[in-house]
Amino acid sequence: MALKRMLENWSDLRKQDYYEDEPYMWGMSIDLNKCTGCGSCVTACYAENNLPVVGKERCGSGHAMHWMRIERYWEEPEGETDIDVEHSDYPERGAHYTPMMCQQCNHAPCEPVCPVAATYHTPDGLNAQVYNRCVGSRYCGNNCPYKVRYFNFFDFSKDIPAPLEMQLNPDLSVRSKGVMEKCTFCVQRIRTAKGKAEDEGHRDYIEDGAVKTACQQTCPTEAIVFGNLKDNDSKVKTLWAEHEVELNRHEQDKVEDTRGYRVLEELNVEPSVMYLDRVRDTEA
Amino acid sequence: MSDYSMKDIEWAKINRDVLASLESPRKEFWIVLSVCIFLVLCGAAAEVYQYNEGLGTALMNKPHYWQLYISNFVFWIGMSHSGTLLSAILLLTHADWRKPIYRFAEAMTLFSILTAAIFPVIHLGRVWDMYWVLPYPNERGIWPNFRSPLLWDAAAITTYATSSVLFLYVGMIPDLAICRDNAKGWRKKLYTALSIGWMGRASEWMAFRKTYVLLACFLVPLAVSVHSIVASDFAMSIMPDWHITSFPPYFVAGALYSGCAAIITLFVLLRYVFKFEDYMTTEIMDKTAKLTFAIAMVWNYLNLSEYASIWYSNDMFEKEVLLEKFFGPYHWVVWGMLLCALVAPFAMAFEKVRHNMWAMFWLSLVLQLGMWLERFQIVSPPLASNHEPWTWAVVWPGLIQLTITVASFGWFTMLFLIFCKIFPSVSMYEVKEMVFHRRKASSRTDMEDLDKVKNDMIKAEEGLS
Repeated sequence: MALKRMLENWSDLRKQDYYEDEPYMWGMSIDLNKCTGCGSCVTACYAENNLPVVGKERCGSGHAMHWMRIERYWEEPEGETDIDVEHSDYPERGAHYTPMMCQQCNHAPCEPVCPVAATYHTPDGLNAQVYNRCVGSRYCGNNCPYKVRYFNFFDFSKDIPAPLEMQLNPDLSVRSKGVMEKCTFCVQRIRTAKGKAEDEGHRDYIEDGAVKTACQQTCPTEAIVFGNLKDNDSKVKTLWAEHEVELNRHEQDKVEDTRGYRVLEELNVEPSVMYLDRVRDTEA
Repeated sequence: MSDYSMKDIEWAKINRDVLASLESPRKEFWIVLSVCIFLVLCGAAAEVYQYNEGLGTALMNKPHYWQLYISNFVFWIGMSHSGTLLSAILLLTHADWRKPIYRFAEAMTLFSILTAAIFPVIHLGRVWDMYWVLPYPNERGIWPNFRSPLLWDAAAITTYATSSVLFLYVGMIPDLAICRDNAKGWRKKLYTALSIGWMGRASEWMAFRKTYVLLACFLVPLAVSVHSIVASDFAMSIMPDWHITSFPPYFVAGALYSGCAAIITLFVLLRYVFKFEDYMTTEIMDKTAKLTFAIAMVWNYLNLSEYASIWYSNDMFEKEVLLEKFFGPYHWVVWGMLLCALVAPFAMAFEKVRHNMWAMFWLSLVLQLGMWLERFQIVSPPLASNHEPWTWAVVWPGLIQLTITVASFGWFTMLFLIFCKIFPSVSMYEVKEMVFHRRKASSRTDMEDLDKVKNDMIKAEEGLS
């Protein structure tokens, strides 16, 4: 029984870095300087993860199911400008784009509050959601500071018109009414790559770039970098190191000219996604 | 003196008056009952629709994962607390004025729990898998998540419901025996079964007293823990304005507050409907009102200290939510709550109000409205302005949620009315005890006179001899 196992291995389970020996720790870096807000990552996510298209009305009522979203924030330009941000139809100069999806927190606030343990942490650093286990109490959604958990408020899978169910991705399930879902870092791709690596005889090593998330694959400016944070040669780890962002460090020591930060990291949720701040020349 | 006003009631009259409430009721009773049943049916229809179509029909959406269902849940759980307060805490503190009113307060406790227990169920996305929350043995070795406050909720509520039923039932056994002796037909069978052969022997009374006090001792900490756990649903999260350390005592105080208000409402109604004027006297109302006032002041203190601690913490998110509460889209809810629950109770400082039954009736409704708004403003405004500004949205509860809310009041009243018709809503034996003690206390003065006469006689005799 699980309880017996738990009691026997109590000291092991209480260890600080429980998954220390695990060779993988998936992480991401998003360069906001490169992001143009085109939304192709959102589209790719819809195609890859069988996300339901809910239509204009339900989008308006807050029932959209986009695991990834482009957040637009308007910024007042400093000093005198030729653009009136407030009243202009196209105040591009004032817009900030932030692609926002599940940050795969290492101290995820959604995990301890689920009554049925439908959301849990995988050894490779993913914040997993077990659809079959979810009873839909929606506590996780409330406790998520990024509000990136999406609840199936309706039976969306029923609304797919006739031939379109043929285009669904067979690698993952279609979620039913009443369960919570969210970005998985394209876990089906990670698992496929892991299986392939195991077949080739190197279980503990996946080549950097062998796993690409759908959003990363589609991003025209390559703003999104995904990879293994425990692999010191991976591109994402290099970027994290370059911008002096570290896991398990509560407050990042900000060095001049580094742009790295993690969203809401002061809440101590340890997100696995690093953002690189946007720099702009206000004079130009 | 008003303190001894109940001393002249005869034992037989008590039995007669209380048993009369079980007889065929007035026409109004059936009207109210059918209205309640209609409301329950409306609620059931709304729930069936929501069950089939999905929770989105209730107009909950992304930042507003929780709404009226949860605030109603907190409201009803809160209402259940004052029954325990009146019957258990006041029993242990020997406050004898509780005796005529504690039975219906206890019934109120039970039915509020039964009402509250509906809400987490209909709130779930997949109701049919609800039992997964309970740690039942299964072949897969899967346990629920013991760290989740929702699991604590499930445990606390089932425990509280069970012990409340027991407490209500045990306290009712002597009265059920009286009912049994006077009943005919199916009632005779029911009361015979329920009174488990109560004969009124001294040994039975001794065992009964011990059990009752022990149950009361068990129930008091349980009641406090139940609402603390409900408060943990919020306090354990990291949402700004939910993550507040003082929430458990604040919730308990609020629970007792709204519960006392509900007791006053039912007090006046039962007194009118069943003509219990001789038992539910103005003196008892006066004391209930004073108790409510004291609890209201505790609640006010905790509420204001919560605002103060948020303000002086200077936390960006918490402060934002606090300002949004007072000046944002939900401002009328918050101001309405402050008006109804913070300002209105001061009316109870006046004796004229405390002694006027219908004034207390309307005041208690105002207090309950205030406390209901309080629960709404705990749940909704923090969700509307959470950590992530991009998701900020104001959503008001939809028709389905409102229907089910109204239906919950109908459901509660329906259960309560049926209870009052089947079981004695005033405790006969405890009222007799109370009358006995008062009679003794009031006759003490006469007794002293008698002693004097006796002494005088003795002295006179001595003088003679």
